[in-house]
Order: sequence, then C-alpha cells, then structure tokens
Amino acid sequence: MNIVIVGCGKVGSTVAEQLFNEGHDICVIDCDADAIDKVTQALDVRGIVGNGAIYNVQLDAGVEDADLFIAVTPNDELNLLCCLIAQKSTRCDTIARVRDPDYLSERGFIKERLGLSAIINPEYEAALEISRLFRIPSAIEVDTFASGRVELLKMVIPAGSPLAGKAIYEALGKSSGKVLICAVERDGEVFIPSGSFVLRAGDEISFVTSKNESEGFFKKFGIEIGKIKKIMIVGGGKITYYLAHMLGDHGFKVKIIEKDRKRCEFLAATLPSSVVIINGDGTDEQLLYEEDMDSMDGFASLTDFDEENIMLSLYVKNNTDAKVVTKINKYNFGIVLEKLNIGSTVYPKFITAEMIVSYVRALENSQGSNVQKLYKIVDNKVEALEFYARGMSDVIGIPLSDLQLKSDLLVCCINRGGKMIIPNGLTTIEVGDTVIVATTQTGLNDLSDILA
Amino acid sequence: MNYSIIVYILGWVLNIEAAAMLLPCVVALIYGETAQLFSFLITVAVSFIVGLLMHLKKPKNTKFYAKEGFAVVALSWIVISLVGAVPFVLSGDIPSYISALFETVSGFTTTGSSNLTDVEVLSKAALFWRSETHWIGGMGVLVFLLTIVPMVGGHSMQLMKAESPGPVVDKLRPRIRHTAVILYVMYLVLTVVECILLLIGGMPLFDAICLSFGTAGTGGFAVTNAGVGGYNNVYFEMVIAVFMVLFGINFGIYYMLLTKRFKEALKNEEMRTYLVIVTVAIIAVSLNVYSIYGSVGETLRRSFFTVASIISSTGYGTADFNLWPGFSKMLIILLMFCGACAGSTGGGMKVARIMILVKSAFTEIDHTIHPKSITTVKMDGKKVSGETVKNVRAYFILEMMIIAVSMIIVSFDNFEFAVNTTSVITCMHNIGPGLGAIGPVGNFADFSVLSKLVLIFDMLAGRLEIMPLLVFFSAGIWGRTKRKKDSKESRIIKKEKLI
Repeated sequence: MNIVIVGCGKVGSTVAEQLFNEGHDICVIDCDADAIDKVTQALDVRGIVGNGAIYNVQLDAGVEDADLFIAVTPNDELNLLCCLIAQKSTRCDTIARVRDPDYLSERGFIKERLGLSAIINPEYEAALEISRLFRIPSAIEVDTFASGRVELLKMVIPAGSPLAGKAIYEALGKSSGKVLICAVERDGEVFIPSGSFVLRAGDEISFVTSKNESEGFFKKFGIEIGKIKKIMIVGGGKITYYLAHMLGDHGFKVKIIEKDRKRCEFLAATLPSSVVIINGDGTDEQLLYEEDMDSMDGFASLTDFDEENIMLSLYVKNNTDAKVVTKINKYNFGIVLEKLNIGSTVYPKFITAEMIVSYVRALENSQGSNVQKLYKIVDNKVEALEFYARGMSDVIGIPLSDLQLKSDLLVCCINRGGKMIIPNGLTTIEVGDTVIVATTQTGLNDLSDILA
Repeated sequence: MNYSIIVYILGWVLNIEAAAMLLPCVVALIYGETAQLFSFLITVAVSFIVGLLMHLKKPKNTKFYAKEGFAVVALSWIVISLVGAVPFVLSGDIPSYISALFETVSGFTTTGSSNLTDVEVLSKAALFWRSETHWIGGMGVLVFLLTIVPMVGGHSMQLMKAESPGPVVDKLRPRIRHTAVILYVMYLVLTVVECILLLIGGMPLFDAICLSFGTAGTGGFAVTNAGVGGYNNVYFEMVIAVFMVLFGINFGIYYMLLTKRFKEALKNEEMRTYLVIVTVAIIAVSLNVYSIYGSVGETLRRSFFTVASIISSTGYGTADFNLWPGFSKMLIILLMFCGACAGSTGGGMKVARIMILVKSAFTEIDHTIHPKSITTVKMDGKKVSGETVKNVRAYFILEMMIIAVSMIIVSFDNFEFAVNTTSVITCMHNIGPGLGAIGPVGNFADFSVLSKLVLIFDMLAGRLEIMPLLVFFSAGIWGRTKRKKDSKESRIIKKEKLI
C-alpha cells in the first residue's frame, strides 16, 4: 500500500520502520530536514521537507495515490488539519494522533464527524496497557483485538492445576460459557482446541473471558498472585494522568509522586480525590520510604527520563515484591535492557506503531473479501477474523454445536449490538452479528467458509 | 567497512556488464566478425562466472553507509572500465591496453574523447560496444543494478546518491527500485524515439543505434571519423541537437510531465536557466560566426548544434570550432564548465551548482553591506540547506584543485597551451573535444601514458562528481569492523525469552 506519514519524530519514524518492514511504500513529511535525513538514510522511503498540512506538499508526497495517511506530529490540531485536508482532497483513510486529555472525551465525535479512520493516543494506550498489567497480574500477556473490546489473556498452566490432564469440556465444567480457550501453545506449536482437547501442565493457553470473570478463573486453576491494591507511580505526565483515572475506576489506591508543583496542582484538581498526590523527587530514597514504598503491590516508573525510570525500577524490584512496570521512551541498547531486572517494560512509541500496523493489516486484508478485519494474535500465529453475518448465510440460527465447523477453527466471540457474547454450544449466530473466528487456517473469505 | 556487501554488489555489476556485452556479440555475429565474437564471448564468460561467484552468497550484514556507498560506486566504475577494455585488446581492435582503457573510460563516463586516429578501421562490434558504454554510463550502472537487485533498507540510496549527478538527489517514488525503473524506462523510451526519428530520416540502422546511444548518454562517440557532420544532413543534425538538449534536462521534470504536474515542471528554475543559457549562447555564437558562414540558416545550424553538443557534454561535432573567432571559443570553454542540469545524463558542473554558487556569492556581498542581515540561498522558492551550499563550495574547490594538478602533469607532454588546458577541462567535464589538436576533428592519440592515466582519473572523477573517487582513495575508510561475537550470555537470554 502507499502510505504517507506526516511527522518524523520518535513515533513517526518507528511507524515508518514497521510499515516499511511490512512491505509498504512510504513517503514521510517533516519540517525538519535533519529528521527526514535520518529516516531516509535508514529506510528505503521517500522524504519531503515541508509542512504536511499544505496541500501542495501532500501532493508532492503522492497523497493522490495513497491508501492511508497518518499524521503523528507533536501537535494535535496540526494532525487533525493534515488529515482533514488529505481526506477531503483524496478520500484516503486517515489516522491522526490526538493525545491532549482535553480531547479524550470527544474522541468518538471527532472521529465520526471529521471522517477520520482512527484516532490514536499513545499515552492513553500506554496507560491502558499498564492498567491491564496491574489488573491481571497473573496473566503473562494481555492481547486485545476487536478495537480493544475483547481481551485475550495468556497464562501458563502450572503443575498440579485442576486443568492439567483433563479435556477442556471436563476441566471448565460450570465455567464454560464464561471462559473460552482460543489457543493452546505447546512446544512452539499452536493448537485451536476443541472441547475434547486434553490440556497439560506447561501449556500456554490464551483465552477470552469477560472482565469480571478472569480473576476467579485464575484462582480456580491454581494461579495465585496476590491481588494488587496499592500502586505507586513516579512521574506525573500524561500517561500517569490517564492511568490514575483508569486505576481509580477499578478501585485501586494510587499514589503519585511528581517533582513539579504546578503539575501536582493540576493533577490534584483533575484526578479523583482518592488519588494521593505527593510533590517531591521520586528518586529520593527517603521520600519513597516515607510514602510507604515497601507496602506497595504495584510500582510504575513513568518519568520522562529513561535512566531515572530504569534506576528506580531496579531499586524497587530489589527491595520489594511489588509488580514493577517501567516506561522506556527510546529503544536504544535494547539487548542490555532485556537483561535488567526491571519488571514489565512499556514502550509508548511501539504501542502506537503496533496499533497502526495492525490497522493497516486489517485494512489490507479486508480488501477484496468479506472479512471485516483481520488480527494476528498469539505472536502472529493465529488469525482472528471478524465477519459480518448477513441474512443469506447458512450458519444463521443454528446452535454452534450442530454446525460442522472446520478443524482448527473456533467461534470465539459474537458482537450482538455492541454486547460481547462468549459463545457455548447452544449459542446461535443471528443476522446482524459480528462474529470473530480464531483459526490457524488461512484463506477464509466469508462467514460460511467456517463450515467444513 | 563492510567488505562482504561490496563484493556482493561488485559481483552483480560484473554480471550486468557481462549481459551488456552480449549485444556486441550479436553485432559481431551479424557482421561475421569471428575474432570479435570470440573475444567478447570470452570476456562475457569470465566476468559472468567471477561475478556469479561473488554474489552467489548474500551477505548477512547488508548494512552500508555513505562511505561504503562511495567506495562501491568508485570501485564498480573502475572494474567495469578495466573489464570493458579487455575485448578491444583481445580482438586486436586496439592493441594497447592503456589506449583501450582510455577509450572505455571515455565511453562509460560519457566523455566521448577518442584516442584513436582512425575509428573506421574498428570492427562493427567494437564500434557498437564503444557507443553502448555511453548508454550504460549515462544513467549509471548502479542505478541499473537497483532496478534488478532487491536491496534491503534505505542504505541503497547511498548508491544512487553517489552515482547520480547533481547536488541533491531526489526520489521520484517511495521505493528506490521503482525510482530506478522509472528513470531507466524514460531513458530507454527517449533513446528509442530518437533512433526511430533518425531511421525515418534515412540513417542506416547501425549508425542510428550507435548515435542514439551516444546522444542519450551525452557521450559523443561517432561511428565514422567525420562524426555527425559527415552525413551533411540538416535533419539528422537537428534531431540529434534537440535530443542532446533534452538529455541535458533533469529526468525528474519528465516524470513531473508524465504525472501531469505541468506547472511545477515548467516553473523549474534550473531547467529555465539551462534553456536561457542555451538560447543566449546560440545567439551570441551566431552573431560572432555569421561572417564565416554567410547565411542565417547555415549559421544557426552550426551554432545550435555546437552549443547543444557542448553544454549537454555530448561532444558531437559538425563544425570545427577551432576555426571560430576567439569570443566563440571562450564561450565554448565556459559552456564546458557549466554543463547540463542535475539529474540528467549530462556532465559538467551542472547548472544547479553554478546557480547555488552564484547565489551564495551574492548573499555574501549582501552580507558585507549589511553585516547583520540574514540571507538564504533559494532554489524554486525553497531554501537550499546550508549543508548543500557547503557541499557545492567544496565540490567547486576540489574540482579546481584536480584540474590544476592534472594540467601540471599533462603539461610534461609539452603541447601548446590550449591543448594542455582544454584536454583536462574537457575530460573533467565529460565533454569530448577540446581546442587545438584535440578539437572536433582531432583526437587524444598523441598523449603519453601518464597523461592518459591522469585524464582517465579526471573522466571518472567528473562522472562520479569527485567525492566517490576521493573517498575511495583515502586510506581512512579501509578498516575492518570489529564486533563482539554473539556471546554466551546473550544467547542464554535469547533462550530464556523463547521459553
């Protein structure tokens, strides 16, 4: 696909790199000639120096043949303007980065009314990922698809778990209908399990479940990691702002340490009053202990300085049992970072890039077929396809257990009027549903293709 | 320095040259020239096998930076010249290797200076190969390589930058491969159109192809001693003159026309200046030489062809400008320095560079009058980056230095002053003829081996725009990269990650 990217900063260049590696033709626009030089020297992309909101510059970048236009300059309003101009003149898909918290509640409105294909807020997405890590500390990975509406949790079956050695229908028992195991990884192979699939200790299972059920499920099957209640966050930037809101909504006790007094006052004014805000230096050992660092269940280093974050996380990890999350802005020296004991790491720029890449994949894969969207899950080994159920399909109204489905294929989610249903054998697909199917088979083009 | 990628690219370059040499084989077959056929076939076979061995294994480390780009471009051009000269010697067309090398370098660099006293004794295959080298060298062998060999990453842009003429090299399409393909397709189409027009006028097929090759690459080798003037045909001369001017224009402008960006294309400052220079030069020369030819038509015919031939750095001759008055001769020398547009197949310093130099000089004058004024150099209404201005100045200084040193060395041959100076100027700017004994009807046969080597260097330096050759010959870049081997520790980490 032909893709135009405006803005060549951290995010822009990462997006360009990832999309280039996927084989797309890319043109980047930035006002800064040095930034353009850096990207065009590393990648086989075309660079244009100029203001991306100017139609002539966009034309020069080949926006007329572009399939997708992405604006990721540091300025929200400029991004929106760029996308508007591109969209009005060429009708290509547009993605804008909008990250000011002021616009957060208007996201849907902006997207719909301005006709954008997607709005991306890296800080918000990073906060979502961090909050997931705190909410479900037992999961080794949390994947999302269907625009974040479905969470796919991954866990390892421990030895002695009631799941081990049993067939799935037997093991789940009463839980079936609430939990659906979509994929099992064993010795590097991926299986899409049927009800009679026998689980073993050491298997990595990926499953979908409703948000409230996951806790119970983990507990029931022998994975017990203390529930997180108290969380300390150092650094009070945008991610912290979003994160504190999310964690507050889930009933966590959050304490924020921020250096800048004005920022503290802003946070105190805008965050729920249950959030404690401390004005002080988060790298001050004394202060950390004073604020009960050793009684925390979770700790997030989210300052603007990678070095500070890494040192803090190392310190906390060495002195407490808390679940630690570290934000890293740059991914230089990645190999060294991976060796450090700094808990889970979050890279905001990669999160953005991944979102855009998955959007592009979905766009590309849905061209010329009935697939609405295609996601790669479980380390890209499984495809999750989203189909829209039309009236004529042969699968409508028949309970799933009576359908002769293909092997290695599972109906894992049904979206009925905005409500997510986790199907069991009795569930039927109705007209107007959006059905998500997980499979290791490729080449499915229509909902009726799920039949054997 | 990443040697494995250099070997890999060189292997491909050798194979491309081997493929290109199949055409003269065909010519030799048609004209029944067995000695030529075998000498070309032997060279093809050897360079094909050696090249294949060199690029059989794709190197693991495909990264290369500016210095590797420059080095590989310089090395490629040296290697294709060394190999390209071999068939001339094997077939006996040009017995001396140095003479053959001079002829080949003159071909690839699109100079078109011959050091043969009589080209008509050459076999058809040799003549064809001489002209074909113009066509390959015009757009560049590495640009051709980019169209067929998939390269990873943006590093390959370094190759294009090092080989394409002009201060700034712009991509036409996001992918360098598509850019290279578009360039070559436009190049091929223009060449074919010229060839067809010449055929319509009744030129023999062999001559039409060779002369089109020479015009397209802005080279200048003809197939007869008398050159283009020998046909004494106004139609041929006009077709060739128009195409010489056309091949001196930035190919990016043709792409703009193809993509219907007419306004932008016609507004291009460099092209306008180029066309203005051509027009003014034709008028000035015409006024000056009118007394020699007597009629307006004849005067325009001679002056248009000569100006187009010199400014585009082609070097075809229909008039012996040695016989022209001093003013016209001086003008011709200045046109040699000027050259064609950046991004064309032409040589010389390029109109864009001259414009940047002049503009930056004027900003300095402004700056002297108003010491606190802030001035920028602009082209097409856009600011030219300080880096580019700096590069252009450095280019100018280095070129003058090379010209000066070369002139001193060539002066040992004890030619008259005009020959001494213009031989270096014409080679450095890839034009072809000079003044005096090396004029449109003369040749470079009398130069000593040392002078020929110096001129060979100048031709390569001029075609590759100096930097690649200088970088190649600077000792600092030839070091091995040392990297820590995949240590045990990091392997364990990787394993852990997999688990």
